[in-house]
Amino acid sequence: MKIRLDNVVKTFDTFRAVHGVSLDIESGELVALLGPSGSGKTTILRMVAGLEYADSGKIHFGDIDATDIPVRDRGVGFVFQHYALFPHMTVAENVAFGMKVSKVKRGKQEIAARVAELLRLVRLDGLGKRFPSQISGGQRQRVALARALAVDPKVLLLDEPFGALDANVRRDLRRWLREIHDELGITTLFVTHDQEEALDLADRVVILKDGDIVQQGTPQEVCREPNSPFVMSFLGDANRLPATVVNGQAQVGTATLPAPGVADGKAEVFLRPGDLDWTVDGGGVAAKILRVIDHPGGRRLLVAPDQGDVLELDVAPETLARAGDTGFVAVRRGRVFAA
Amino acid sequence: MSASTARKPPRIGDNPAFRRALIAIVLVVTAFFVVAPLVVIGIEAFSKGWATYAAAITDADTRHAIYLTVVTALIAVPINTAFGIAAAWAITKFDFWGRRFLLIVIEIPFSISPIVAGVAYLFVYGLQGLFGHVLQAADIKILFALPGIVLASMFVTAPFVARELIPLMQAQGRDLEEAATSLGASGWRTFFSVTLPNIRWALLYGVVLCNARVMGEFGAVSVVSGNIRGQTNTMPLHIELLYHDYQSAGAFAVASILAVLAVVTLVAKVLLERRGAGRGAHRPALATPPPSAAPQFASEKTT
Repeated sequence: MKIRLDNVVKTFDTFRAVHGVSLDIESGELVALLGPSGSGKTTILRMVAGLEYADSGKIHFGDIDATDIPVRDRGVGFVFQHYALFPHMTVAENVAFGMKVSKVKRGKQEIAARVAELLRLVRLDGLGKRFPSQISGGQRQRVALARALAVDPKVLLLDEPFGALDANVRRDLRRWLREIHDELGITTLFVTHDQEEALDLADRVVILKDGDIVQQGTPQEVCREPNSPFVMSFLGDANRLPATVVNGQAQVGTATLPAPGVADGKAEVFLRPGDLDWTVDGGGVAAKILRVIDHPGGRRLLVAPDQGDVLELDVAPETLARAGDTGFVAVRRGRVFAA
Repeated sequence: MSASTARKPPRIGDNPAFRRALIAIVLVVTAFFVVAPLVVIGIEAFSKGWATYAAAITDADTRHAIYLTVVTALIAVPINTAFGIAAAWAITKFDFWGRRFLLIVIEIPFSISPIVAGVAYLFVYGLQGLFGHVLQAADIKILFALPGIVLASMFVTAPFVARELIPLMQAQGRDLEEAATSLGASGWRTFFSVTLPNIRWALLYGVVLCNARVMGEFGAVSVVSGNIRGQTNTMPLHIELLYHDYQSAGAFAVASILAVLAVVTLVAKVLLERRGAGRGAHRPALATPPPSAAPQFASEKTT
């Protein structure tokens, strides 16, 4: 089911949570709404679900105007951050709930069969008789997903689905959600503040800031072509250096970077830690090492350039570096934005 | 081992002398101020033997007082329960103007002296009061009759159920109801199969406390009921009346019934608290799940 948001606005008291947001989600797509807290991403999700009403604008499900359809009749599956499982019902009863209250009457056996099928899908067969308090967080979230899928929703909506889980479980569940999505082909919209999660999972990432969409595109597009300093720094660690642009070339120390489309004059260069390297005599930006942090995959250097803020760079594990050393930061690539 | 513990510096307040003294003081005070009066009620009630006790209990006026108290409770408790659920629901599930104010107003009967409530009702419904003439013209008797007693009792006990439910429902949030609705459940269905099961023990706890207070209420009721023996006397009022009539055995006999009701309430309360109701009561720790039967993700730990 294709979803279209058309200039949707939502204000809480005096706080404008969502400015006119327009967004198209293709049928079968898996889209991430990514943004810092207060960016309006959850509000948008709740408006799509019908848990909040839009102050103005339209929400279409396919050809139907769903703006005023209450959540009960909207046919969405909603997965809450804290699972919202019914604590007094077993796992199987939780999954069956939607079918029991549905206007479409189903027989007991039909419901039981569907519950078993769903529990198999979320790899929880055999746990149907447990109560939510007796299973782990990751299992609870999978029950919540099975419960949402039980009513054959047109759209699946997930609010920070993995936010309350620890890192390893989160990564596994993410990959698994992707598999389920590919298997069922259901249009899915999820909210996260974790850029890694969004990039890992989504076909398309919609980046929000202060109730507006700042950029949307495939993970590749937003990573390689961030359109603003905000997107650049929100998607990952980024260093910032002052630069001067002359004829489409930015000067950073002794290094030169292409700056297509940036007007001559003062500019800012954003550099990922991996875009930088450390050399003792290679030229670049002169700097002194403040600290070395070792990671399994390499070393991160915190260096103080002659002017400007501290830079962070990721270098190969065999790089020789010690706090107090002086040398140069080599710039491999970077993105230049007009200051 | 005992030698090593003896040599350990005592933790704060863990000095043996202090500990014993504190426990002793608490025990003595409890015995004198709480237990002794209850024992006295029991002893005095039976001081003139079973026959007097039975006579006091079966006296027509006493029976009427018991009847009136039970009827009052049967009317006031369900209404206040419904009110409490409605208020808790409104305050915790909706955002509206004046929500915080309502929260404070609901607590007023707790902080106000019941006699003030009684006098207030007198001013509103009494002959000299705001609606006095209208009511008299319509031949509706509120004061010095059952409606007045019920109204006064309801005022005093209005917060009990709501106060039990609000903290719990606030902690539970709106997620469960939203989840149920998004799955297609109607409002009633959501309430009865999702909200109610999760608040039932707290609700019952509130009802028990409310009932105990309705049956024992004296101040507000004594102002509005008019103390007419055999007509508008509830049990607490009847006890006072008997006492002033120098029928102390009778007074203690009726008091013993109220005391038994209180003890039953207390037992019910303790049982309910065990099930996790009550303010600040800890829910029993979540059971540790046995090793999972279902295939697990390698990294997923069942904790």
